[in-house]
This record gives sequence, C-alpha cells and structure tokens, in this order.
Amino acid sequence: MECLIGIKFNDFVIIAADRTSCQSIIVMKTDENKLHKLSNKLVMGVSGESGDTTQFAEYIAKNIQLYKMRNTYELSPKEAATFTRRNLADTLRSRSPYHVNLLLAGYDDKEGPQLYYLDYLASIASVDYAAHGYGGYFSLSIMDRNYLKSLNRDQGYDLLKKCVAEVHKRLVINLPNFKVQVIDKDGISDMPDITMANLN
Amino acid sequence: MARRYDTRTTIFSPEGRLYQVEYAMEAISHAGTCLGILANDGILLAAERRNTNKLLDEVFTSEKIYKLNEDMVCSVAGITSDANVLTNELRLIGQRYLFQYGESIPCEQLVSWLCDVKQAYTQYGGKRPFGVSILYMGWDKHYGYQLYQSDPSGNYSGWKATCIGNNSAAAISSLKQEYKEGEMTLKDAKSLAVKVLSKTLDMTKLTSEKVEMATLTRVNNKTVINILNGKEVEELIGEYEKSEAVIETSKKEQKQTA
Repeated sequence: MECLIGIKFNDFVIIAADRTSCQSIIVMKTDENKLHKLSNKLVMGVSGESGDTTQFAEYIAKNIQLYKMRNTYELSPKEAATFTRRNLADTLRSRSPYHVNLLLAGYDDKEGPQLYYLDYLASIASVDYAAHGYGGYFSLSIMDRNYLKSLNRDQGYDLLKKCVAEVHKRLVINLPNFKVQVIDKDGISDMPDITMANLN
Repeated sequence: MARRYDTRTTIFSPEGRLYQVEYAMEAISHAGTCLGILANDGILLAAERRNTNKLLDEVFTSEKIYKLNEDMVCSVAGITSDANVLTNELRLIGQRYLFQYGESIPCEQLVSWLCDVKQAYTQYGGKRPFGVSILYMGWDKHYGYQLYQSDPSGNYSGWKATCIGNNSAAAISSLKQEYKEGEMTLKDAKSLAVKVLSKTLDMTKLTSEKVEMATLTRVNNKTVINILNGKEVEELIGEYEKSEAVIETSKKEQKQTA
C-alpha cells in the first residue's frame, strides 16, 4: 500500500516517501513522515507494518548515533546498510521478526552518493534507483526510460514528479502526498512535498 | 606480610598497587624484544626470535608475528600460550566486526576491544592477568597507518615508534634519538629497526634466524602485508654491518690523524 522511491545521481541522491498512514482500509493521516534521519548524511525510508517501522528505524538510528559517540567518526553508508541488514536478518530468524522494507540513501565523503535497497527478508542491493510497494510497478518503468546519472537536482526532482504523477494516475490506492529529501556533500535537505495540488 | 596483597589479582596493596599486574609486566620485560616503526609510506614490525634450535621443525614460518585481518598485523612479547589465546580473540573481534558492518575493523577499535578483555582479568576474581604485551600495526580509512601498544593492565597507546620486551627502555631511547619525524620512509624504518635491534639484543652478531620482520603498505587501495623472508633480513643486516664498518674505519682514521 505504501510507496518509497529513491534515485541516485552523480553527486546527490534523492529519496521520496508517501505520507499516508493507514489502519486496515482507513486512511488515518496524510502527513506522516517515513523518512528517518540516521546521521548527518544518511536517511532511511521505511515502510511496512506500522509499529515495526518506527521501532526498527529508531533502533537503527540510535545504534548509529551510539557508534558515533563511541568512536568519534560515523559509520559510512555501506557500513550502516550492512549493519541494518544484519539486524534485520537476525530478527528475521527470531520469534519476533520486523516486517519492514527500507531504502537507505546516504552520501559518503570518499565514495560519493549511495543508495541501498533492503526488504523484510533482509536482502540488500546497491542500486541506481529503486522503489518499494505498489508504486514501484508504475515508477520503475519511468525511471528505466528517463534515468540519467548526470541529471541535476531540479531534473532529478522532475523525474520523481513524473513517477508520482503516474502513481496518482494509475494506482487504485490513494497516496496524495510525498515527502522528498536530497542528500549530498552538504548533508540532508528538504525539497517541497509532491502533492496533488503542485503536480497539476 | 607483603604476600598478603599479591595472592589475588583483585586486591590492592596498601600503597594502592596491583602486584599481579606488575608481575605480569615484569614477565614481559624478560621476553623477546619486539619493535614497531611508523613511516610515511608504510609501517613495520620486527621481533626477536628466541627458539632457534636447529632441530626444531619449521612448522611455523613466524613465531610471534600474526596476521589479524586484511588490514592488521600484531607481534607479541610475553608468555606464548597466553598470546595465542589473545590473538585468537583478536581475530574473533575482527571477524565479528566484519560480519556486522561489512568492512575491516578500524585499528583502534580492535585494540580497545582486546584491552577490555585484558582489563577484565585484572579485576575479576580467580584469574591471573595475561602475561602479554602486544604491538599492533594496521591501516584504516579514518587515520591511515597506525601503531599501537597494549600491556597486561589493559592500557593501550598509539606510537610513531616503540618497543616492548627485553631491554625495551634502551631501545625506545635510541628510537627517540634516531626517529626523524615526518621524514621516515619504510626503507629508513627497516634499517633503523635492524640498527636498534642489534644494539638492544645482547648478541655479538645479529643473524636472520634471530629476527622476524613484517611490513604493511597500501598498494592500489589494498593493504599489502609482507613477512620478510630470511634472505631479505640477511640483506638488511648485511647493509647495516657495512655501514657500521665504514663508521668504524672513519673513526680509526680520525684517531690516527689526531
């Protein structure tokens, strides 16, 4: 039901998450934030079972902060992704697995922008663009057609808009608002939400 | 009465000392010497080999230089059986980190984790401390080449050049004299290591079977660990002896002219 989209370019990575929070077939709110800040240049988009998403995101975020306190330096996006996957994999084989799907978008000062796709079965993949949820069925083809590594911030945002427009047009589920963040060498910055109103 | 405070590791003496820990340190000062030198383009460990019986089957190529992971090497001074336990623990810590984070453990973290183990043995009852000091050389993406030393108390510190084991105080003072800050190359470090070792080991002549040496460098963004073979060490010793002879003759000439 939920939708996460992430796209990696030459010197930044853009991540978007729908703002809908559902209980069964009822929409509870449309201004939920599913993008969690893990560190100065690392954002995790989370979808899945609603209690699990917050619990897991907070657990990972706090552990990444703890690492920074202990060692003065931060985990790189690759290390953070491996750590997240390891936790997911361990709980998957326990009595209380987390049902969460994740996109990890970060910027490594040495390696550049990074995007990782993780799902509730603890698979991991470093990708140029990815999507979770039904939105992926419509947006991936658009990204296949229009993706270029060299797009700038505005062009990247426009590509994301195209994806969301298609979700609005073709998906039977109502996902009106998307929160968007960009992560680059200067850190995390908010972009304007993509909404029904500003798409038309 | 003095015995009252050194039967257990966990008890302070009235002067506030932990005798068992001090005895462990003492044990190390009789052990084979190890030294490490940090250079701009790499790092080096050298160790004295004590067991040189020719009947000894050469199962182990190195006696006390151990590779810990892709980016770290250590050399030990002290009780070898204790050292084996600790190197095993070091490798486990390294692999646990790799398992969790997908990258090699940063050098200081590995040293710090092991020192937590060492410290525990100075505090919890019924155990004696490890009679081992360790020199670690390594590379990580945060701080580059690094040299660390740890002792039985669980203290550790980072160094540019240092020495543990027999006669280490003398070796450290000559390292202090000869170490050229910011100007050392690995080649300089190798010859300095041979020079300091030949001064500190009370032997008339240094031989390659008495010395173990390992270097750690970065080539094409990969750590390269090289344990020098007998021939390479022989060459280093040869070079040193040659330069010593030159100094000796020039001294004699000076005396004659004077």
